[in-house]
Amino acid sequence: MNRYFWILGAFAALVALLAIGLNLNPRDVPSPLVGKPAPAFNLAILSTPEKTLGPKDMQGKVWLLNVWASWCVSCRQEHPVLVEFSKKVNVPLLGLNYKEVRGDGGFDMSKMPADEEKKLAFQRADQWLKQHGNPYTLTVMDLDGRVGIDYGVYGVPETYVIDKAGVIRMKHTGPITRDVLGQKIMPLLAELNK
Amino acid sequence: MMLRTLVFAFFIGSTAAFPVMAEEAALLAADPVAEKRLQELSTELRCLVCQNQTIADSNAELAQDLRKEIRGMIKEGKSNPEIIDFMVVRYGDFVLYRPPVKGITLLLWGGPVGLMLLGLYILLRYLRRRATRIAADQPLSADEASRAEALLKEINIK
Repeated sequence: MNRYFWILGAFAALVALLAIGLNLNPRDVPSPLVGKPAPAFNLAILSTPEKTLGPKDMQGKVWLLNVWASWCVSCRQEHPVLVEFSKKVNVPLLGLNYKEVRGDGGFDMSKMPADEEKKLAFQRADQWLKQHGNPYTLTVMDLDGRVGIDYGVYGVPETYVIDKAGVIRMKHTGPITRDVLGQKIMPLLAELNK
Repeated sequence: MMLRTLVFAFFIGSTAAFPVMAEEAALLAADPVAEKRLQELSTELRCLVCQNQTIADSNAELAQDLRKEIRGMIKEGKSNPEIIDFMVVRYGDFVLYRPPVKGITLLLWGGPVGLMLLGLYILLRYLRRRATRIAADQPLSADEASRAEALLKEINIK
């Protein structure tokens, strides 16, 4: 009797472990960047391409950085949430457009000159925001994805919460849902803006 | 002749369809030493898009970008630990196929050894108990022996 009890107990423990394991999100890789200063960049602004913007321009503010692209399907999913957020909340939301043209997969980049890529990227990003609404205070253009690498981007969309000192306080990989916004991001913003 | 032209055209066509592969093949030819280092490094690094592949195996966009990045760093003369560190700073320990031994990975590294030791302990305990049980068994008394004999005989007759 006692022995069967042990076997049953061990089996239940195994089931519990598997249940926990299967419910974890394998994409939810902890970012080593949380708690570190936001990596510097200086990228052209979508609306005013002759001007550039970087994290140091945001010093003293709590802000969000959202990585997106017009070819990114999940971005479409989170977009209404961002638009709603931008209307209700007075926190700067910066867009980082990630590999607008070369990430699309539909272009042969070996045949496309850099200036043509740039023109096309700005045009596509602009059009997409006109079509779906623009929640971004500003959007900067990361054409080759080099800044994306510095931010450890591996699956668009990704969102970073950056504090007044320029330190990344949170990273969310994947589309932002109303739950994530309400339960994780908003409380953090309120705390950081205290 | 016709066939040969067709086959040739097919090969030209297929390389044009995979410009990335063609580009990487050309780079390999240009600098075999650097490419070998790239190969070694990228088999140590996980591609975060398709998580069970290395950067060397994966043809995901990000893996291509990271190979390019590593290529650049090799050209700049960075050492292997420096390049690995570059990746860890951005993507975390998860990017390493061989996770480092530290507090949080202790169970990962020690777990199998621990399980084996536990199994050995249970096995040894069982063997020892069995040995004492066998040793403790009394030989049959004369009375019991004759009864056993009688029973065996009975069975044999049937």
